[in-house]
Amino acid sequence: MNPILKSIFSPQFVFAIIRVTTPLLFAAIGVAISVLSGSINIGLEGIMLMSAFFGVIISAFTGSLIIALIGGILVGIGMGALLGYFHLKLKADIIIAAIALNMFASGITLFFLYIFTHEKGTSSSVKSLIFPSLQIPIIKEIPILGEIISGHNVLTYFALISVALFYYLIYKTSLGLRIRAVGQNPAAAESVGVNINKIKLYSLLLSGFFGSLGGLYLSMGYVSWFSRDMTAGRGFIAIAAAFLGGNLPLGTFFGALFFGIVNAIAIYISPLNIPSEFIHSLPYFVTVVALAIYSIRLSRRKKILSKKEEV
Amino acid sequence: MENILSLKNIVKIYHNGVIANKDVSIDIEKHTIHAIVGENGAGKSTLMKIIFGEEAPQEGEIYYKGKKVNIKNSLDAIKMGIGMVHQQLMLAPDLTVAENLILGIEPLRYGVFLDLKKIIELTEEASKKYGFKVSLNKKISDLSIGIRQRVEILKVLMRNAELIILDEPTSVLTPQETEVLFKSLKDLKNHGKTIIFISHKLKEVKLIADKVTVMRDGKVISTNDVNQLDEHMIAHMMVGRKINFKRIPGAKKVGDPLFIVKNLSYLSEENIFVLKNINFELRAGEIVGVAGVEGNGQTELVEILTGLREATSGQIFIGKENIGGFSPRKIREEMVAHIPEDRMKNGVAEHATIEENIIVDRYYQDHFSNKNLFLDWKYISKSSNDLIEKFKILTPSSKAAILSLSGGNIQKVVVARELSSNPQVIIAAQPTRGIDVGSEELIHNLLKDARDNGIATFLVSADLDEVLKLSTRIIVIYNGEIVARFDDIKNITQQDLGPYMLGVKKKGE
Amino acid sequence: MEKFILKYFNLIRVAIAILIGIIISVCIIYIISKEPGISLKSLFLGPLLSKSRFGNFIETASPIIFCGLAIAIPFQAGQFNIGAEGALFIGAVVGTAFGVSTNMPAFLHIPLVLLVAGLTGAFWGFIPGFLKAKWNTSELVISLMLNYVAYFIGLYLINFHFRDKAAGYLVSYKLPETAWLVQFVPGTRIHIGVIISLGFAVLIYYFLYHTTLGYEIRTSGFNINFARFGGINVFKVILISQVIGGFIAAIGGMTEVMGVHRRFNWQLSPGYGWDGVVVAIIGRNNPLLIILSSLFLAYLRVGGRILNLLSDIPSEMITVIQSIIILLITAEAFLAQWKYKITVREAKAKEVSSEPYT
Repeated sequence: MNPILKSIFSPQFVFAIIRVTTPLLFAAIGVAISVLSGSINIGLEGIMLMSAFFGVIISAFTGSLIIALIGGILVGIGMGALLGYFHLKLKADIIIAAIALNMFASGITLFFLYIFTHEKGTSSSVKSLIFPSLQIPIIKEIPILGEIISGHNVLTYFALISVALFYYLIYKTSLGLRIRAVGQNPAAAESVGVNINKIKLYSLLLSGFFGSLGGLYLSMGYVSWFSRDMTAGRGFIAIAAAFLGGNLPLGTFFGALFFGIVNAIAIYISPLNIPSEFIHSLPYFVTVVALAIYSIRLSRRKKILSKKEEV
Repeated sequence: MENILSLKNIVKIYHNGVIANKDVSIDIEKHTIHAIVGENGAGKSTLMKIIFGEEAPQEGEIYYKGKKVNIKNSLDAIKMGIGMVHQQLMLAPDLTVAENLILGIEPLRYGVFLDLKKIIELTEEASKKYGFKVSLNKKISDLSIGIRQRVEILKVLMRNAELIILDEPTSVLTPQETEVLFKSLKDLKNHGKTIIFISHKLKEVKLIADKVTVMRDGKVISTNDVNQLDEHMIAHMMVGRKINFKRIPGAKKVGDPLFIVKNLSYLSEENIFVLKNINFELRAGEIVGVAGVEGNGQTELVEILTGLREATSGQIFIGKENIGGFSPRKIREEMVAHIPEDRMKNGVAEHATIEENIIVDRYYQDHFSNKNLFLDWKYISKSSNDLIEKFKILTPSSKAAILSLSGGNIQKVVVARELSSNPQVIIAAQPTRGIDVGSEELIHNLLKDARDNGIATFLVSADLDEVLKLSTRIIVIYNGEIVARFDDIKNITQQDLGPYMLGVKKKGE
Repeated sequence: MEKFILKYFNLIRVAIAILIGIIISVCIIYIISKEPGISLKSLFLGPLLSKSRFGNFIETASPIIFCGLAIAIPFQAGQFNIGAEGALFIGAVVGTAFGVSTNMPAFLHIPLVLLVAGLTGAFWGFIPGFLKAKWNTSELVISLMLNYVAYFIGLYLINFHFRDKAAGYLVSYKLPETAWLVQFVPGTRIHIGVIISLGFAVLIYYFLYHTTLGYEIRTSGFNINFARFGGINVFKVILISQVIGGFIAAIGGMTEVMGVHRRFNWQLSPGYGWDGVVVAIIGRNNPLLIILSSLFLAYLRVGGRILNLLSDIPSEMITVIQSIIILLITAEAFLAQWKYKITVREAKAKEVSSEPYT
């Protein structure tokens, strides 16, 4: 028991948490932005998968990390645009369209994998690039803290920065303000001249952007290849994380972190005969409870005749 | 004084053929509070939509500040300096007051970032300038309706509106809040703004407006200085018209009270008494007409009587049974039928078939189903076809979807269902709204026949003609209260009802 | 002709979507395959070319039919419950646990195992159903979360309590023969569960369109305000539709275990729940059409596997095609212009001819 406990409270463990949280955080931010505009995107699973695949392929065939990065991001944004097109223009149900896009991504990535590499499971035969890890000077010398903070993949640092980006976007830019307004009361936004469909489209594009980074990290940072369905449900975990955090920046971060911690613990204790499955199921269970409590509160508030504050 | 807005010969015809505005010409003088009054259907809302760019007129011209203009959409109107405060407030609940105020006109730094300093500056400036004190950092959902409305007005002012339209602004306010609003409006006028004030509450019009335009049936009756008229005269103009209907023959035999409402009150979520102490009875063989402009509590009253909403206090009796709190099904089982005011929302399922719509209140009963388990479609079809014939519903088949029918025929399906449920009480709300004359006639005859068969009917209608034509006796509702009762209506005209409907008079004054 | 189009417009739209999907597959095959002839034959005729392949096709359709029904019922009630996957998984786990731990003659064992699985699934549908009915909680998110909870708890139960350590990999104990569903077509794995799935489809069709509860469910889906106005207990409808959905999904999972594998051997969630969404959409939530759409999907899937085996095209092409078909079907505006033009022409024709109505 002891060595396991020791390793759980070790800096390597915290490092692992941050590592594991990275893709979840990107995807959760992607979900949250879409929810804020009133068009929930449950297609992050597919978006991440597409970007993960195309990043690998592009880097293998062009030898350039930058081009792969741009390509992967464009693919993610493109998926967001597709979802926007089908939902906003062709009036498809956004949930079903996203489910279809997830399926599409799952199929087409493997399809192209075979076409381009003649492999059926992973892309290990082609040499794809990876994003570099960064050692932060000075900080890396600090005992314990240095081991936790320094040495992460550049995308991990960007994920953390993304939380701030998300915050600034939502609260400090006009686009963010309009996204929130459209999500809360589309009629109000329209009455002041805001184009609702345009704003929803932008939020889906942003959703695709952040999702793409999560995917790129998976295949070019976490590991250095693409394998079948490698997102492994993270796109759906991201939904849980975002909702757990109320779809707001700080909450989404903690939501993603919660799932990251749980995943890391599960990995570490699996040598023990403690069922890791319980640990794995915990965040989902917590989300269910949290949502239930939130709904109960909301419905109580509507029933109680509250005296509103005067100025 | 100069006119800020001149409407000349505006004609607006909707797709369904209804002529909402007939040759409307109004001049709005600068720096005045100009009230536009009229019953539901008089054409005021349509006119406002045209001014605000939400609808386009078929004919006519609009002059703004002396120049002819073409208002294509709301943005156009806003840019010109026209602002509208809708009855349903257009605010985002979880955004702050400041955020709602600058939505769409956000001051930016580097083209992307909200200039928070500037936002505070602009909003404080506006707030001070117009004397509208608002907490800029509070969320809308934490504020009372009166304050929210103030935010809406400020929002409009911040977009440099010089002409402000307020659509029934006091319908959601407490008396105290109304006072505050009126003071603000007077201040705005002194600031050089012009205000169009839509209302049906004549006392308020008398209090606040400089000029008043009366509309009726899509036409302008006249525009006058308010101090030249008194409320009675305004009411007269609003409702008076030649009688173009024939009253149905009087009720033969009025029996015992079947439906008794005692001290019914309803406090809304916004802490306003939408209904105050309503008392009335419905007797067998009579039609009790409820006259009143929409928005005075009738909708909520009907919902409470039919189990779709719970009253705050009071009792409802059917015979000896207190049905307060009963579910819609239980109330229907007490033989109360309901013709709903919004047929597409509540009265039908538009993608379902006529048959499926007809059986919603009876599918579990004998004949329609076997032991409340298996539907007998043969019987259902036959029953539906019988009703289609009896009520002259125009349709190729009882299995056609509702949305393939015209509005009038849809309403006939609703009426057919409700009347065939063998009720002892019918609650009918706006039963002939938006339907063709032929269907209207048919439904009126059906209601008369129901009455003659001993059914008690509660008829809520914004159409005064309909109320006068069908009712055995009339009650008038204003501001959530019954302000008049007319038991003998042989010689009652719109003129008699108008003042009560518009808050000018109250029985006992 | 145009009247016919208007009446069956939705079905025609689905047919066109499927046609487009097929055309795209043909195009892809021609572009990519070095032997398009063989590829086409494998995909479109493959499942018919041998007894075992045909059996594969039929047996694959069975759990998909169950899940299609499981999704269709809440969908008909206007509830977006996608928890069939979780209900199926946990139902099969608990059913297996019961099956391996008890002994009784087959005529009791089989129905009881199915019942235990079904009730577990029903409970799994109860949770989102109740939360939605009572407090308006999003059944979409809750059911999605519960899919994962079901997966992990199910795996835990199998791996830690019912694991057959003798077997080489992570599977449960083998079910006693009394709990097996007989494979009655020699040379294939077609089992009684297939018959049960067809039976359920017919039953649910009858249920939705000929019973009072079915009527309540469908009417709530059409317009919940209307349902409430008319006296229907919408709380009950919201709840029950999801409970029944969970029940059926679980039965579907259990029949797979009892008929094909004879033990619980899913280490990954099998995905039938998502297939259920696909076939429910293609089949417009109509149980009889769901039989057809499930057969269609199963056929494509098996054809895809054969395609993969015999030619150089990956079977994932099928996933791509099915996703395109769904996108086209759910895009309400797809072909809407066409319908509008026809509607306008019909309306004008009506005015001119003034057809008498009955």
